[in-house]
Amino acid sequence: MSNNILEVHNLSVRFQTDDGEVEAVNGVNFSLAPGETLGIVGESGSGKSQTVLSVMGLLAANGKAGGKVVFQGADLLGMPARELNRVRGSSIGMIFQDPMTSLNPYMRISEQLTESLILHRGMSKKDALARAIEVLDAVHIPDARNRVHYYPHEFSGGMRQRVMIAMALLCKPELIIADEPTTALDVTVQAQILNLLGELRDDFGVAIILITHDLGVVAGLCDHVMVMYGGQVMEYGALESIFANPTHPYTRGLLRSVPRLDDAGASALQTIPGNPPDLMHLPPGCPFGPRCGDQRELCSHNRPVLAFAHDGHARACHVPLEELR
Amino acid sequence: MLQYAFKRLLGAIPTLLVLITLAFFMIRIAPGGPFDTEKSLPPEIEANLNAAYHLDEPLIQQYGRYLLQILQGDFGPSFQYKDFTVNELIASGFPVSLTIGGLSMLLAVLLGSAFGIIAALRQNRPTDYAVMTVAMTGISIPNFVIAPLLILLFAVTLGWLPAGGWDGDGLGKVVMPVIALALPQIAYISRLMRGSMIEVLRSNFIRTARAKGLSETRIILRHALRPAFLPVLSYLGPASAAVITGSVVIEKIFGIPGLGRYFVQGALNRDYTLVMGVVVFYGMLIIVFNFIVDLLYGALDPKVRYD
Repeated sequence: MSNNILEVHNLSVRFQTDDGEVEAVNGVNFSLAPGETLGIVGESGSGKSQTVLSVMGLLAANGKAGGKVVFQGADLLGMPARELNRVRGSSIGMIFQDPMTSLNPYMRISEQLTESLILHRGMSKKDALARAIEVLDAVHIPDARNRVHYYPHEFSGGMRQRVMIAMALLCKPELIIADEPTTALDVTVQAQILNLLGELRDDFGVAIILITHDLGVVAGLCDHVMVMYGGQVMEYGALESIFANPTHPYTRGLLRSVPRLDDAGASALQTIPGNPPDLMHLPPGCPFGPRCGDQRELCSHNRPVLAFAHDGHARACHVPLEELR
Repeated sequence: MLQYAFKRLLGAIPTLLVLITLAFFMIRIAPGGPFDTEKSLPPEIEANLNAAYHLDEPLIQQYGRYLLQILQGDFGPSFQYKDFTVNELIASGFPVSLTIGGLSMLLAVLLGSAFGIIAALRQNRPTDYAVMTVAMTGISIPNFVIAPLLILLFAVTLGWLPAGGWDGDGLGKVVMPVIALALPQIAYISRLMRGSMIEVLRSNFIRTARAKGLSETRIILRHALRPAFLPVLSYLGPASAAVITGSVVIEKIFGIPGLGRYFVQGALNRDYTLVMGVVVFYGMLIIVFNFIVDLLYGALDPKVRYD
């Protein structure tokens, strides 16, 4: 048995809609060691959020996950709700994208924080409140002792996201999943929140899955990066390796479309032509094929699988490395 | 808060004034008068009667006199029930109406919410369709149809409950009027509750609650119920008006000596003061009830402030 805390095998997510079946995630594999930070990058509709929502059993009612998600030796996907509820919020904490709507506006923060401690840790109300204040302090909310009794609308967006993070941390989970934790926040607050996540990882040794479409966020925080497109993993590797040596046309395209400070005065920013694929009608071959500058005959009818590229680095592409533009 | 209450009460005065004015002139415009009988009275007696009740004065003077009287909290003597003042009649009828109306509202809120939640949790499944079909039927059938059907079933055929009346100590006499009055409200509230519960359960903060590993029961009762109930609460103001108008019919059908019956009798007999008294009293009741609903809204939604 490996010492990985999370292992995802051949994960798929399908949604039944009135217009047919949507294949949101297809054949995703990854694993996470304790204390490791994995960044999942991709544009809207790439399946990154659905991947982690299925891990947490939080898919919409019409969604169905297939494959295996092994967390600390147990498969979360087949688990009855009662057992899954012992894991969620306890061993896995989740931070959501929109702090303005992800907290219950009708309940005081104190109750929203303490309820999981009372449930998962069997704490008394008093102890739970003390712990809640302690965690609010840890996420740098000033005057936590008083503010713990506030309602969400009495906090700013950045402060609410701190409350969300505190909520995820409360029960000292081994894994935190952060789904675009900074997308709804302005840039300075973004930096503060990311620093905070980094601090928490270093202090508590918690493993983090960070979902974002912002490569800058990934660069600042992650050990490994997984690039997703059209519900599939395009490339996976260590952070430095992905940034210095991208082996997939899509990753290359993404990196070229990020403005760089050290490159001032350079030519206009590059873009990737075309639009993300319609998940209801994915091409039979590589999902990125139609937008790819390196497309070959093979790419349009044969779907590439994630395969070893070089040391600790995998990619799903038919085009030989040395022939990439 | 006190300031808010005071402002609301001030705001109620023009509403009541409009209500009084409309009601006063409408009942006067209606053909006939309080002392019309099949046999016409001798003209001297009629003149005396009219003089005694100031009916011989110009209408506008009567109106002014009535307003002054109401300001002193006096609805005047009843024309029909000669030994009683309207205040006394209201005092005797109101407790009865309040019992029936209050119980109906309570039943409507409890059952309506429960059915709505059940339907929401079984959305688009047989239970949901069943509840919503029954609710639609409940809304469509007026209570003056439901009431006789209830009597036919429970009083005539099965003999379980008294067919009407308000005498005796048994609780049986309350059951059918309350059910007949509550049914349309149960139906409406369950539809409201279903819709808002479905919407709330889709919201992000419920997903957060699920991610915390809370049980479905706690999620619904502690996280979703309060926001889902707010639309129902707003509806309770209009619902109280609906129950009051409904009670007029229901009390007549079941022969219950409540306000509604006095209202109907008063209107038929052109008992000007009685009709006016009941109308003004109903108006105040609805105003007060809406005020209570607003206060409850503030208690349920932390974002509402009264300043």
